Amino acid sequence: MKYAYYPGCALETTAKEYDHSTRLVARHLGVELWEIPDWNCCGASAAHRVDHLLALALPARVLALAEEQGLDIVVPCAACYNRMKAVEKAVRESEEMRKTIEEIIERSYKGSVSARSVLDVLINQVGLESIKAQVKRPLAGLKLAAYYGCLWVRPPCITAFDDPEDPMTMDRLVEALGGEAVPWPYKTECCGASLPTARTDVGLGMVYQILRRAQEAGAVAIVTACPICHLNLDMRQKQVEAAFQEEFNLPIFYFTELMAVAFGYSPKEAGLTTHFVNPLPLLESSLERRETA
Amino acid sequence: MERLSLSQALSSGQAFKERIEAASGVTLSRCYQCGKCTAGCPASSGMDYGPRGIIRLLQLGLYEKAMRSNTPWICAGCQTCYVRCPRDIDMPKLMEAVRQEACRRGIVGDKKTEVFDRAFLRSIERFGRPHEASIMGEYNLLTGQPFKDIMSGPAMLARGKLALLPSRIKNISEIKKIFARVRAKGGEAR
Ligand code: SF4
Ligand code: SF4
Repeated sequence: MKYAYYPGCALETTAKEYDHSTRLVARHLGVELWEIPDWNCCGASAAHRVDHLLALALPARVLALAEEQGLDIVVPCAACYNRMKAVEKAVRESEEMRKTIEEIIERSYKGSVSARSVLDVLINQVGLESIKAQVKRPLAGLKLAAYYGCLWVRPPCITAFDDPEDPMTMDRLVEALGGEAVPWPYKTECCGASLPTARTDVGLGMVYQILRRAQEAGAVAIVTACPICHLNLDMRQKQVEAAFQEEFNLPIFYFTELMAVAFGYSPKEAGLTTHFVNPLPLLESSLERRETA
Repeated sequence: MERLSLSQALSSGQAFKERIEAASGVTLSRCYQCGKCTAGCPASSGMDYGPRGIIRLLQLGLYEKAMRSNTPWICAGCQTCYVRCPRDIDMPKLMEAVRQEACRRGIVGDKKTEVFDRAFLRSIERFGRPHEASIMGEYNLLTGQPFKDIMSGPAMLARGKLALLPSRIKNISEIKKIFARVRAKGGEAR
């Protein structure tokens, strides 16, 4: 199984543990990831807010690079994924737009390859049964809130992945790894994207609501699949706690990190040492509980 | 209370309405103002009009007010309203169209998000990828909050999550050309 891999900008810096654990579990499961050479930023919400053509052209260059190799692209970031899906839809619907894009990026682009999420490829292509077979250290006793955010599942006409209001892919993964996925109402609520940075006054409240609901549902940690969600929930957590005078101390995991831990890698090997809310005590206590049980 | 001449607003705005509807694919009159969009909008607390309000302004021909509103800039594009709208209105796309129309006229609904976006795009044009440290520097300087988020800098560095030097792509001229061609086509990639 071979895919083109587009890490995206966040995975080089703020989300390097996501990059690391994605490559680790992909290798472990026999999925070959070929990193697209010299990839550029997808333009993110900035290009999207400012100019329609630019917002299509930047991700189109990346799609064209993968198309040269005839490979579908695996994408770890929900925002990059959504931008690429928007390009796919735009060229599917308009031959004229496809030509305009080719002209702007000066590359051939037919729209023949497809972007897929890491989550989708691992769970739906490799399969939950194969994943279960690799579990050596089940996450027994861990109550986790699977948090999807917006752009993996919305709008369905672009993303075509799981349910827009109540997705279950990651919940099923948590269960396959031996953990418990709690039902909760904020699994697809927005983390604020760049608002906690650009408009702290509005954005922090959005993060607060998500942390609050996860805790109310009895979760001891949140599982994410997107570097932006992770940054807002993890790095901003202290700031949210200060602003709302409430303590959460909720570790925020990437689902790939939990897979690595369940597959038997040490938390360090899984890349869990660079979080802002330290997840190690929680993992250690869960490991101990299991050993004494 | 402010008085508005609706008939005048409507007749002078026909061209504007056509452009907004073409750019967004939204037929403004389809919205029946149920308010479901604003009810579920996670960012509505920071908005002046909210999504239902914006589409109402547009229906009434009050385009200038819509463009000067902070709502399209605070919209996080989370797509919740679109998924839930009983009339299938692509609200985020409509917000985008209003924002871009405002940009074209040099109107800025929310200074902070606009400065952030520009700094971000400048960085991509220079390096092919954004360089967080210089974007935040520029953003803080231009929005007059020089010490914003400065405390997270060292913590990010300690975790290897902040690059002091930008990650440049090799074929940067290709990216510069993309920006240039978008501009040549009348795009807003300033
Ligand atoms: S949910 Fe749809 S129909 Fe209802 S007010 Fe919002 S845009 Fe209009
Ligand atoms: S897309 Fe924008 S307007 Fe719609 S719910 Fe999300 S933040 Fe609110």
